[in-house]
Amino acid sequence: MIIGVPRDPDPGERRVAATPTTVTQLVKLGYQVVVEPGAGAAASFSDEAYANAGATVGDPLAADIVFVINPPPVAQRDRLAKGTTLVGMLGPRLDPELVEDLSRRPITALSMDAVPRISRAQSLDVLSSMANIAGYRAVIEAAHAFGRFFTGQITAAGKVPPAKVLVAGAGVAGLAAIGTAGSLGAVVRATDPRPEVADQVRSLGGEYLSIASADVEVSSTGYAKEMSEDYNERAARLYAGQATEVDIIITTALIPGKPAPRLITAEMVATMRPGSVIVDMAAANGGNVEGAVPGEVVVTAGGVTIIGYTDMAGRLPAQASQLYGTNLVNLMKLMTPAKDGQLVLDFEDVVQRGITVVREGELTWPPPPVAVSAAPSAPAAPGSASGVLSAAGPDHHVTKNGEKSGKGKTAGAGAGVRNGNAAGRRRITPLTAVGAGAATLFLLTAFSPAALRGHLTVFALAIVIGYYVIGKVHHALHTPLMSVTNAISGIIVVGAVLQLGGEQNLITVLSCVAILLASINVFGGFAVTRRMLAMFSRS
Amino acid sequence: MTIGTAAQAAYIVAALLFILALAGLSRHETARSGNTFGIAGMALALLATVGLAIDGSISGINLALLLAATVVGAAIGLHRAAKVEMTGMPELIALLHSFVGLAAVLVGWNGYLHVEAHPDGGEARDLHFEGMLGIHSAEVFIGVFIGAVTFTGSIVAYLKLSAKIKSRPLTLPGKNLLNVGALAAFVLLTVGFVMRPELWMLILVTAIALALGWHLVASIGGGDMPVVVSMLNSYSGWAAAAAGFLLENDLLIVTGALVGSSGAYLSYIMCKAMNRSFLSVIAGGFGIEAGPADDREYGEHREIDAEGVAELLGDAGTVIITPGYGMAVAQAQYGVAELTRTLRDRGVNVRFGIHPVAGRLPGHMNVLLAEARVPYDVVLEMDEINDDFAGTSVVLVIGANDTVNPAALDDPSSPIAGMPVLTVWEADHVIVFKRSMASGYAGVQNPLFFKENTTMLFGDAKDRVEDILRAVAALQPTR
Repeated sequence: MIIGVPRDPDPGERRVAATPTTVTQLVKLGYQVVVEPGAGAAASFSDEAYANAGATVGDPLAADIVFVINPPPVAQRDRLAKGTTLVGMLGPRLDPELVEDLSRRPITALSMDAVPRISRAQSLDVLSSMANIAGYRAVIEAAHAFGRFFTGQITAAGKVPPAKVLVAGAGVAGLAAIGTAGSLGAVVRATDPRPEVADQVRSLGGEYLSIASADVEVSSTGYAKEMSEDYNERAARLYAGQATEVDIIITTALIPGKPAPRLITAEMVATMRPGSVIVDMAAANGGNVEGAVPGEVVVTAGGVTIIGYTDMAGRLPAQASQLYGTNLVNLMKLMTPAKDGQLVLDFEDVVQRGITVVREGELTWPPPPVAVSAAPSAPAAPGSASGVLSAAGPDHHVTKNGEKSGKGKTAGAGAGVRNGNAAGRRRITPLTAVGAGAATLFLLTAFSPAALRGHLTVFALAIVIGYYVIGKVHHALHTPLMSVTNAISGIIVVGAVLQLGGEQNLITVLSCVAILLASINVFGGFAVTRRMLAMFSRS
Repeated sequence: MTIGTAAQAAYIVAALLFILALAGLSRHETARSGNTFGIAGMALALLATVGLAIDGSISGINLALLLAATVVGAAIGLHRAAKVEMTGMPELIALLHSFVGLAAVLVGWNGYLHVEAHPDGGEARDLHFEGMLGIHSAEVFIGVFIGAVTFTGSIVAYLKLSAKIKSRPLTLPGKNLLNVGALAAFVLLTVGFVMRPELWMLILVTAIALALGWHLVASIGGGDMPVVVSMLNSYSGWAAAAAGFLLENDLLIVTGALVGSSGAYLSYIMCKAMNRSFLSVIAGGFGIEAGPADDREYGEHREIDAEGVAELLGDAGTVIITPGYGMAVAQAQYGVAELTRTLRDRGVNVRFGIHPVAGRLPGHMNVLLAEARVPYDVVLEMDEINDDFAGTSVVLVIGANDTVNPAALDDPSSPIAGMPVLTVWEADHVIVFKRSMASGYAGVQNPLFFKENTTMLFGDAKDRVEDILRAVAALQPTR
């Protein structure tokens, strides 16, 4: 089959859906690739480079499969032949009219921005790969507009304090921004409603500002969701406080299928120092910042620059094209099981099902939900009312469940339930165990004769000591520990010796056998432990 | 100070020495002195006990018998300890546990013969006077029961570990019912025995406990043996503690409880590492859910030869080796250690990632690597190393399978779903040493083998490691 790669008709779009590198990989999968003249020019890929990689330069819209970045305009759509497969970031959640239009055509449409957030599909996830680039670029844009250093310096000409950067939303874009700003030397702080990202923020050198609230967010889709009133108030106080302190704010809060939440109000902007910079990465979806204009840079009366670029990823066109192209190659690998250049759409696969908007003229949007079950720890609090913060997406650490297989759908739900049970069990166990143990001990002791009471006390204390003594054992020493405890449990020899005194022959014989067995244990156990411990050495 | 009080004092000191021994064993630096403390405690306890026995006017013949039994036992024990292979450690420890179990049974029986068998004897009258006779009977029963379960359980574990019987889990119909039934019978018999001590009840409960121990361990698969061995360790401690109650000996109680609770905690750690419920292990027969019929297509695997591996290793900056039971079986630890030294001399950062349940005994891999003189500070635990795979050039998976299976994280329908695993696939290259494409102990296919950055190196792990060593030696020194 032939893959066509048109030039994006929007002159502002510098990305291209295939690069010479990805063309080589597509050819390996058995496809022919046709590239429109000048398709990669804005991303510094010449037609020659494509030709050298094995592509032909020609009319891409006549191909069997068409790779695009953004939804093609009607003129291009009309030229698609019957049975064509259109692949791109079609945004079906945001643009129902486009979905309807596509469903009227005898084509198949696959939307790369609808890839379910499961670990197997990460290699196809364009939202993550684009958000990563966008987060990086947001910091670079901010640095460009910011009239000072990011890093603190002490020079002969005086001391320069480091810039303070606040990143709202620690999804992929937010994390990329945290990492980039941190590596430029700024002091970075970040907020996110999902407490589990705190460690990820810290791992990149950022400080996690927690919006303390009873609202603990667990999202079944892996995206952040809308939060409650109480939460919103606390968040607003936090942002108002930070606005007076920080030099740069980068907002990345998006909620799928909803307008972006308003995080920073005009009053907060007014309290920022002159020369401060705000980058609103959600400007295209309504903006997190009051006063941001999509695609424009605005300077407020107070001297604060608000950057509302909507094409952050496209501002690194070569890199963005390469990553996007690789995502498409990975999709083709998934859909070309025989590596023979024949595209096969497998509706049993949740990934392929999830991205299919239209199949041969038949509307298949929206797909059945895929449970991601990000965090098994806390029960989901009922989130209600108006919106706050989210992030451009979760990190891969938290998206592990919900994989493919014939049993995928039911099994995914089952895993979620099992996780929940496990969490419940873990929470209850220590308390119940201690309670039951204490009650048993109490009853036993209360009803036992005096002679037994002392022994029970000793017994109970020894159990506790045994538990704590082992608590911090190094994993490498488990085997020696076991053989030493084994040797020590040979202490039963003491019991056998004490029984030896009687005059019955049977008792004597049994005691001797017991002494013999226990001695093997005692001597063997200590000797073998000694042998093992002698082997452990440091480098 | 009489002999009696001196012995009591010695027992307290011995108990403290045992606590110090266990505490010392939790760190490398103090492990050896910990062992010495244990030996000192045991010597003290034995001396005090023999002193007590002599004081209690033990006959000359009995004293001679005591010494003879100890000497013979010591000779056997020391001999076994000296000649055991480190790979055979799990079997030895399981066997030793069974000895403690059997000794506990014998001590329990002796308790019966001593007291209950002669209801009109002096001992029984004294106890009856103190209101302790019923409790003594119960203690006999509990001690015999725990001892017998430990005994047969350890024997089965020994047989499974030494491959003398099949390690496949036994699944009798209604196996949970059997276990619960055995426990219920034990409780009923105990009540009956306390009311009216009869010999047949003791014989019956011994038989039931022996059968229960056998069944408990027989229904656990070979791959879950690390948990079983440490659980039996715990049981043997409880058996000793029960004997202590029987003989009113605090030293036995303290020591038994120490071993029992520490063993239980160790099994709990193991269970957490395998994401299994602790209760279902104690109850026997977990991990027996049959794997789903594996008709899934995984695609092609790729092969590599020893020279190819050597080249990759030569160019690598960091290498992580994740060994499993297969390394122990092939006795490949010496070659692996040599390879580690060679690569480290070339400036490659080589480390080991050990899954908590790798091998057939907790910490088994560590012992093997230590035997081959791999320094212990490059041998890291799963939690310590899992984040580092992403930046690693080459991972060598030697004889491990289920502990590196991505299906545990990705595939909720997998029998090992939810078990934490080493995320080796995040490295640039993964090389899997394997005899063939057969599946691991859990009977699950491993998608790792079909990942794009995975290549397979087939054959005996020991031979292959030696091939790689030769090929690495032939490489030009790059640094």
